[in-house]
Amino acid sequence: MTGEVLFEMRRITKEFPGIRALDDVSFDCRAGEVHALVGENGAGKSTLMKVLSGVYRADAGEIFLRGNRVEFRHPLESLGQGVSVIYQEFSLLPDRSVAENIFLGREPGKRGFLDHKAMRLATESVLDMFGGRHTFDADTIVGALDVAQQQMVEIAKALSLDAQVIVMDEPTAALNDAECELLFALVDDLRNQGRSIVYITHRMREIRRLADRVTVIKDGKVAACFDEVPETDDIVHAMVGRALGQFYPDPAKPEDVGPTVLSVTNGENAVVSKVNLQLRAGEIAGFAGVQGAGRTALAMALFGAEPFVNGEVRLNDQVLTATSPRLAALAGIAMLPGDRKAEGLSLMQSVRDNAFLSARAFSALLGNPFRTEFGDVQDIDTALEKLDTRAASFDVDIQSLSGGNQQKAIVARWLALKPKVLIFVEPTRGIDVNTKSSIYAQMRRLAREGAAVMMISSDLPEVLGVSDRILVMSDGQIVAEFPQGASEADVMFAATEAHEALGAA
Amino acid sequence: MNLIKNKNFLALAPFFLLLAAFGTYVGIALATNQTQYLTFDNLIGLLGRSIALGITAIGQTFVILIASIDLSVANLISVAAVLASYIMSGDTTMMVPAVIIVILVGVFVGAVNGLVVTQLEVNPLIATLGMALLLQGVLSALFTNFAGEVPKEFQVLAYGEIGGVSVSLLFLIALTALAWVFLKFTKVGSNIYSVGGNADAAKLAGLRTTRTIVLAHILCSVCATIAGLYLASRLGSGAPWIGRDGVYDLESIAVVVIGGTALSGGRGGVWGTLMGVMIFSLLDSIFNVAGVDAFAKQILRGVIIVAAVAFYAARSRRIEA
Amino acid sequence: MNLLKKINPVFIVLALLIIAIAVLSPHFLQPTGYMNFLKRAAPIVILAIGQLYVINSGGFDLSAGALVTLTVIGSSILLDGDPSATWWVIGVMFAIGIVVGCANALVVSYLKVPSIIATLGMMITLSGIALTWSGGAPRGYLPENFRFFGRFLIKDLPLIKILPVALIVMVVICALLWWLMHRTNYGKQLVAMGDNPYSARLAGVPLVRTRMIAFVVSALTAVMAGILLGGFAGVSTDVGVGLELQAITAAVIGGAQLLGGRGSVGATVAGALVLQAIFTLLNILGFPKPIRDVVQGLILISAVALASYRRRKSGG
Repeated sequence: MTGEVLFEMRRITKEFPGIRALDDVSFDCRAGEVHALVGENGAGKSTLMKVLSGVYRADAGEIFLRGNRVEFRHPLESLGQGVSVIYQEFSLLPDRSVAENIFLGREPGKRGFLDHKAMRLATESVLDMFGGRHTFDADTIVGALDVAQQQMVEIAKALSLDAQVIVMDEPTAALNDAECELLFALVDDLRNQGRSIVYITHRMREIRRLADRVTVIKDGKVAACFDEVPETDDIVHAMVGRALGQFYPDPAKPEDVGPTVLSVTNGENAVVSKVNLQLRAGEIAGFAGVQGAGRTALAMALFGAEPFVNGEVRLNDQVLTATSPRLAALAGIAMLPGDRKAEGLSLMQSVRDNAFLSARAFSALLGNPFRTEFGDVQDIDTALEKLDTRAASFDVDIQSLSGGNQQKAIVARWLALKPKVLIFVEPTRGIDVNTKSSIYAQMRRLAREGAAVMMISSDLPEVLGVSDRILVMSDGQIVAEFPQGASEADVMFAATEAHEALGAA
Repeated sequence: MNLIKNKNFLALAPFFLLLAAFGTYVGIALATNQTQYLTFDNLIGLLGRSIALGITAIGQTFVILIASIDLSVANLISVAAVLASYIMSGDTTMMVPAVIIVILVGVFVGAVNGLVVTQLEVNPLIATLGMALLLQGVLSALFTNFAGEVPKEFQVLAYGEIGGVSVSLLFLIALTALAWVFLKFTKVGSNIYSVGGNADAAKLAGLRTTRTIVLAHILCSVCATIAGLYLASRLGSGAPWIGRDGVYDLESIAVVVIGGTALSGGRGGVWGTLMGVMIFSLLDSIFNVAGVDAFAKQILRGVIIVAAVAFYAARSRRIEA
Repeated sequence: MNLLKKINPVFIVLALLIIAIAVLSPHFLQPTGYMNFLKRAAPIVILAIGQLYVINSGGFDLSAGALVTLTVIGSSILLDGDPSATWWVIGVMFAIGIVVGCANALVVSYLKVPSIIATLGMMITLSGIALTWSGGAPRGYLPENFRFFGRFLIKDLPLIKILPVALIVMVVICALLWWLMHRTNYGKQLVAMGDNPYSARLAGVPLVRTRMIAFVVSALTAVMAGILLGGFAGVSTDVGVGLELQAITAAVIGGAQLLGGRGSVGATVAGALVLQAIFTLLNILGFPKPIRDVVQGLILISAVALASYRRRKSGG
């Protein structure tokens, strides 16, 4: 069924300052084939596809399209040659029609005037390829469509260019089951038309459902390439298979774990539901799950940023209604957000001012900002030093620090308030390996000192290595709980397959 | 789905607002027994009083659609009016050169605004505020009062009639139709929506975003100079304060927003803007009929503008959420 | 060299301008010369600091100029020459300022109207109120004890000979607002909020309260500027026109970052003095008054363009 090799990437290497994102990676895809590209977050999947489409240029290696060597300098060039990448973040114009989106930048017409009729006809003929699976027509405004239908518009865009190579980057991340099925059927169609599809995912069932071949990327290298779909265990092993060693601190001893500090009963808001959970003093509770499973939403709910609308939260047995982060923080909950730049830092302010921010926010309005009710300059500097924050001086703008050191300043910010519950969201995203280890040690130390620590991470080995208890979320619910020492396969299975089981039940 | 309802609501909101304003107008006229305000001529005359605002707002629609803004239009209107009447100085043969020169000034000012915004990356609010100061300064340095006069023939623009309908009103409607055709049926017009809706996506698709933004600013400034020409024709002469006195900068933005064009760009159109102008002139008439004093009118206008923007801000946020 | 880099260039520009004025007009070096300069600069210095609070919070306050006018017009009507009423009238004016500042902040916070539109609307509303109240022409007049702040000179002092009361008011307000911005928890939260409101909220900063104080400070400085201007310029209906733009320009010259996050009171004061010095210089050189607007427009655009150029360069 599969034909000639449509494109081939040979020994691609790509470096960014301080990191080798792709190291000698080879990858190809044949006509009429779905090639699954699998790996953890940050393994290099998206970088590889950006090299293919011309967003990035490889430092070494070659790309061949139908046997001819090509070099793309801009996504427009690859698009012109029939290579289309559909990113998770769509590049659609929400206020324009389907037809206008599909033909953006290459509208049919003459002498500067648009030919609406030709555009509509061309759109209809592209949409015909969907075999009636679409619920929209050429004139529908894209913003009125749901995510799955918007994705079809993106696919239609690729088809209108007659793209022979279509890359889909985690296309089901925001889709429900029925929408997934629709997408799978579409991908089948595309395959039957003889196109090459690169399908990026980390959901096992999608691999089994769709893939003809599977390539696993890990730490910028090809970890495994399977010519037919292997057992789930084999894929997981290839994805993870790293020596964990002394990287993670020792887990909590039974005597370390204290009483329940925070409990939630039937917590529910727009994203999460049926949340029942206890966080105990002295313990690190890790939360695993795929993108969009509701873990960050749970953190935002506990911290009052997007509060629960139903259910009860108790902190030290007192009912807590935290409807804003300020109230939650006042009660003793701290959150270290996942997107440091957007949610955690005031980039133009100094390291010290950033570390001081919460102490100042909860001190007297007109009080001395260098001697707050939660400590003075000396205390903050000591805390920063204890966390081993490396900066030329604590007076420099925090934007000049590395991600790990920025993270430490946010830790110091909350430590000043001596919180009872600490929520870490993706604590090591974009942080180098050595700093990771020291952040884990810090989390463990905080737990030992009696705090309840909650960690949300998309890095599964990290969740397994650091947590005393692993909770798995899917579709906004907590679907499974594992003790320390659970296997990756079990957790991965629960995170990716659980909602199928739920659906079947 | 709520989403779709909201979309429809937003598209229709200007129309409903217009109906509500019209209803209020008729209601007040009847209640106060001033039925003379309800004749057809009077209703046509309503819009006639807002020609300058209408022309300016059509231009403002272009820059707001592209997610920019222009606060220099009021002062550009003054410049255009003064320049036109100064060059003409009552001489009919100077009419055509004056109009050409004035419009070229508009092209130049718009191009500078657009280039400062795109090339120097100055926030459009500041760029056009700076331009406003510049224009006002130059104008006030050279002219302190009404300068020159326009010939009788030029006043046809403001006072002439064709078949009982004023030339200026026809002109406004023609301009709106032209702008609509441009936005709807030409590639460049379509690009304005695309760049305003999502500049990154547009750039990725190979559109020339800088060029499109500069063009939108030029169109806006040219419209402002045309409004200035109209005012010179109506007043018989131009004075350095006529643009500022009309608060054309803020009012043109307000009617564009009331007409359903999003301040964040990419959504809306000129017919909505025309409805916004009609709503504003109806408001004025309501104040007149109800006998609201001139200064209190200004207070109400300020409140209404903020309320209108708040109304749309709340609505559009729901769509994005 | 390092030290030179650390000094905000606005201070060097100010020094150069003052030298230029002194060379062109030696009278400037007499106490009456420079004291008069400082007295005239006082309202714009005070307004600029108020504006800086709003700019640092991430917004603009375009209603400041109209509030200046309202203060002058309102005071003269309420007082109508009656010196015994001065104190309560001043109290009423500051109360109006608090209401205006709160209204601006509430509209921006809860109705999510961009501050530039919200305060423009407030500007129209306030000038409407001023015109309605006065009937379009200045009425009443200000008694001597009201005009004391703007006009009175303390004479026969050693060394400096004269000292305008307006200058004392300016120095006190500068010191107070410098302290609030740079030496309190409030000021640090304000700047952090302007830098990144989302992260400030997640760090526990109360955004509405912080923003409200900034707008109230701006409104109160406008009232104060109005009292000074009423003192030395007298009553007119256009006394405040364009002052909000001068205040923004002064803050921008002082290196304040538009849309928030960076800006110091000291540099803003210097920025306001630079603006005033440029106006003085244009005057000495015999340029007509409207040229001020041209120069101010050019300065505004180029200061912002320069800042965004520097940001691009350092941001890579």
